[in-house]
Amino acid sequence: MMRWLLLALGGALLGGIVHLATIIILPRTATQDAYSRLARIAPVNTVTPLPAPTPNAAIMPFMDPAFAAAVCRYDLSQGPLKLSLPVSLAYTSVSFYTRTDVAYYAINDRAAGKRVIELDLMTVEQHNQMPENEEITAADRLIVESPTLTGLIAMRALAPEPGLMPMAQSSLAAAKCVRADDNN
Amino acid sequence: MRLLLGTLFALVVAAAVGLGATYFALTRGAAFGPLTIRSWTAWPKTGTVDADPYAQASIARSGRLPTALGDGVAFTALNDDKGRVLDGRCAVVLSGVTPAARFWTLTLYNFDGELVANSLNRYGFTSQEIVRHADGSFEIVVAPRANPGNWLPTGGVERYQLLLRLYDTAVGVSTKAGREVPMPAVTVRSCP
Repeated sequence: MMRWLLLALGGALLGGIVHLATIIILPRTATQDAYSRLARIAPVNTVTPLPAPTPNAAIMPFMDPAFAAAVCRYDLSQGPLKLSLPVSLAYTSVSFYTRTDVAYYAINDRAAGKRVIELDLMTVEQHNQMPENEEITAADRLIVESPTLTGLIAMRALAPEPGLMPMAQSSLAAAKCVRADDNN
Repeated sequence: MRLLLGTLFALVVAAAVGLGATYFALTRGAAFGPLTIRSWTAWPKTGTVDADPYAQASIARSGRLPTALGDGVAFTALNDDKGRVLDGRCAVVLSGVTPAARFWTLTLYNFDGELVANSLNRYGFTSQEIVRHADGSFEIVVAPRANPGNWLPTGGVERYQLLLRLYDTAVGVSTKAGREVPMPAVTVRSCP
């Protein structure tokens, strides 16, 4: 009897390790996470508008139906990206996610303080390699450092009333997400 | 033979305990640092780089993109103020005010995070759409049948959840439940 109790206790302790290991490994092996879902419809380094969620079809769960949304699935291995997005009348935000859907940065129209949100997205190494004088000329551009080489930029514009949805969509339609060296 | 049986037994216990705990944690949406105000709960840290492994696993499993903290905070309500599960066949009233935010949206989802079909194709409200009292407070009726005022249809589903998302708000990781963060009361008005 004692022997089985000890074995059960050992098993439970081992179970604790199994639990922690599965929790930590899960985000890296998930095939239905937001990035994988969006990878099916969103090509790399371009802005893709997302269809509005309906009860029958939504690319992701828990999408806010009051927002027009677009994503840029990025890959920084070829170099930094430039993102520009004109702000809409109500509320516009840009959120950055790593490959495992962790939000690491977000900015909204008021924080950006301009009619167009302009950002440079690069990895920490690419930021370190930037010549210093260039950084001064680019002082009015916001630089965002991505912790991972790939990830997602989610752009969202609020339609305060359903009738204003086309306006929110059209401001997202003017969004650009391009390789920095293609632009100049 | 006894050793083999014993090892097998311990391994079976380990698998059951480990996987069971993982399943439980993910279906309950457990994460550290919840901010609970009345029947509303938010996990502000889930929208930052400091999201704990439980939050990350639950995000990956559900397939959603969490609301980034610089964007806003999402509060979920599964119960009314008395702790009863929200039932789509009942008339539930949200009344009061929200914490300061530039905009907020209220959305009704089923437990899979899908919108619920209804004849109006209305899935929620934004802060601009609702009719308010003179003092700025509001009342939203979440019910299967049409109601005057701010009516959010439930489509008659058995169970649902409400998400109140505050955009451009000071509510965040360091917020404590208190008078500065009022949330609407959730009360059941009538049940068939």
